[in-house]
Amino acid sequence: MSANQKKSLRDAYGEAIAALGSVDPDIVVLDADLSGSTRTAKFAAKYPDRFFNMGVSEQDMMSTAAGLAAAGKKPFASSFAVFATGRAWDQVRQSICLSRMNVKIVASHGGISVGEDGPTHQALEDIALMRIMPFMNVVVPADAHEVVAVVNAIAKIDEPVYVRTSRDKFPLVLPEDCRFELGRGTILRQGEDVAIIACGYMVSQALDAAERLSGEGIFAAVVNMSSIKPLDTGLVSKMARETGAVVTAEEHSVTAGLGGAVAECVCQTDPVPVIRLGMEAPVGQSGKPGELLDHYGMNSAGIVEAVHKAIALKKEPVHNAKTI
Amino acid sequence: MRFTDDVDELREIARQLRIDILTTLAEAGSGHTGGSLSAIDIITVLYFSKMNHSPSYDKTVDRDRFVLSKGHGAPALYVALAHCGYFDRKELKTLRKINSILSGHPYAPSTPGVEVSTGSLGQGLSIANGMALAGKMDNRRGYVYCLIGDGEMQEGQVWEAAMSSAHYKLDNVIAFTDNNGLQIDGRVKDIMGIEPVHEKWEAFGWDTVTIDGHDIKAILDAIERAKTISGKPSMICARTVKGKGVSFMEGKVKYHGVAPSPEELEKAIAELAPA
Repeated sequence: MSANQKKSLRDAYGEAIAALGSVDPDIVVLDADLSGSTRTAKFAAKYPDRFFNMGVSEQDMMSTAAGLAAAGKKPFASSFAVFATGRAWDQVRQSICLSRMNVKIVASHGGISVGEDGPTHQALEDIALMRIMPFMNVVVPADAHEVVAVVNAIAKIDEPVYVRTSRDKFPLVLPEDCRFELGRGTILRQGEDVAIIACGYMVSQALDAAERLSGEGIFAAVVNMSSIKPLDTGLVSKMARETGAVVTAEEHSVTAGLGGAVAECVCQTDPVPVIRLGMEAPVGQSGKPGELLDHYGMNSAGIVEAVHKAIALKKEPVHNAKTI
Repeated sequence: MRFTDDVDELREIARQLRIDILTTLAEAGSGHTGGSLSAIDIITVLYFSKMNHSPSYDKTVDRDRFVLSKGHGAPALYVALAHCGYFDRKELKTLRKINSILSGHPYAPSTPGVEVSTGSLGQGLSIANGMALAGKMDNRRGYVYCLIGDGEMQEGQVWEAAMSSAHYKLDNVIAFTDNNGLQIDGRVKDIMGIEPVHEKWEAFGWDTVTIDGHDIKAILDAIERAKTISGKPSMICARTVKGKGVSFMEGKVKYHGVAPSPEELEKAIAELAPA
């Protein structure tokens, strides 16, 4: 494991679902004319009889997946995150969730790191849209290794799950044999002054930020909260209680995503300052992924700044901090 | 329950089910009367003659399935399920009431025999396609039936699904359109014209027939014919009358989403009494 190594989450998904296909013959995969981009083409090449390209019709795809599940199959449906969660929201709600169907939605192209395709294709609301969905589980893996663990774990669960993958390559921050469990966050770094709770790409940035903060005498804990729903409320409360200040970080609208979920939890259990880092602007723009993440402050520097804000609001000052 | 191909017997079952629909809706005090009455002859033929189904089958058995895509026709489905023994007929009295197993629109987790939740229109045929694809994968014999409303055909997803059924050659899908000509805001042709319905389905690659949706014999024959079609899905365009069977409801937009009053119920039941 090296922070210099990078891999896109969609590549990891393509490999993971193709591998899983040989383990479970009930797994079927659907895509809406984006199988090359979502990487489900790997599964299609290996199991053409269990792959259904539905054409450019995400709504039809989601309801069809529900029908396959009703008849005993284990469908995994893919598209870009904007289409899977936005275009087909009502189909996900009624055909899948209100029918309690075992459908997995694995959407690529989450967040601003979609890059050049621009605002229409950058999913900054998908976590919010799926979080509010009745009976839906929501997972945002931190890196390619975690994608594999997530896919293997959710395949064993008879419930709908939304998983967000990425177009861009993200640093590998978790071990290759990392484990995933719905409803469980993982402490990646201990620290007593502040807790940074992150998901997806921002987990790597949180680890960088914690390293930089330690140079200032601020000791930040880092939590990978890939399971956004169900949220690990026990861990969130514990971190809030023990550090007295929380920063959340996500590549998503600052509204109603991971930050919203954590704030909802903290305000009712252990009220401490929660600074939410995410996309503040209503929409993004075209550009290179790295440029965009920096432009909108979704990087380690943004987290450092958010930590300073959180600590300034703390009831108990940080005695050993050199500067704030 | 028993299955029958006898037209008179099926007509008698449909008569009883019409009375149950009206009684159930009057008790509920709200609900969709007109579209339940227009669909009940088709549903009667499916549940009491043509479909291989039983309350004792589990979800995975090779059997026929029915998706009520026009979910507001729920009372027609509920009375058929009750008569088939999926739940006690006494439950019909609880339709649309708190803590009932019978929601205003089909909600699958609550109601035995309801395959999927519907009500937000346009989704049922896609779901039926998914069931049919699974059946094809497993070499099952079961058919998937689906009932679509005519107003519902204004939903774009219906046509996405129409393409999918034909593309995947789902000859195990047998669908009906309930063409009663009315939708909640008025006549379909005034709100958003959908004709030519028959030609549209044909153009989308479906084997298509048009029948009188209240002629039991014609429904039986159309299903038998559909089962002989290979390599393409079957659409049975049923010309129906909204509120069919109750003279003062027939062809009246008003009864799309209105339950009969106690007086109207009495009048309707009198009309439906055996001759």
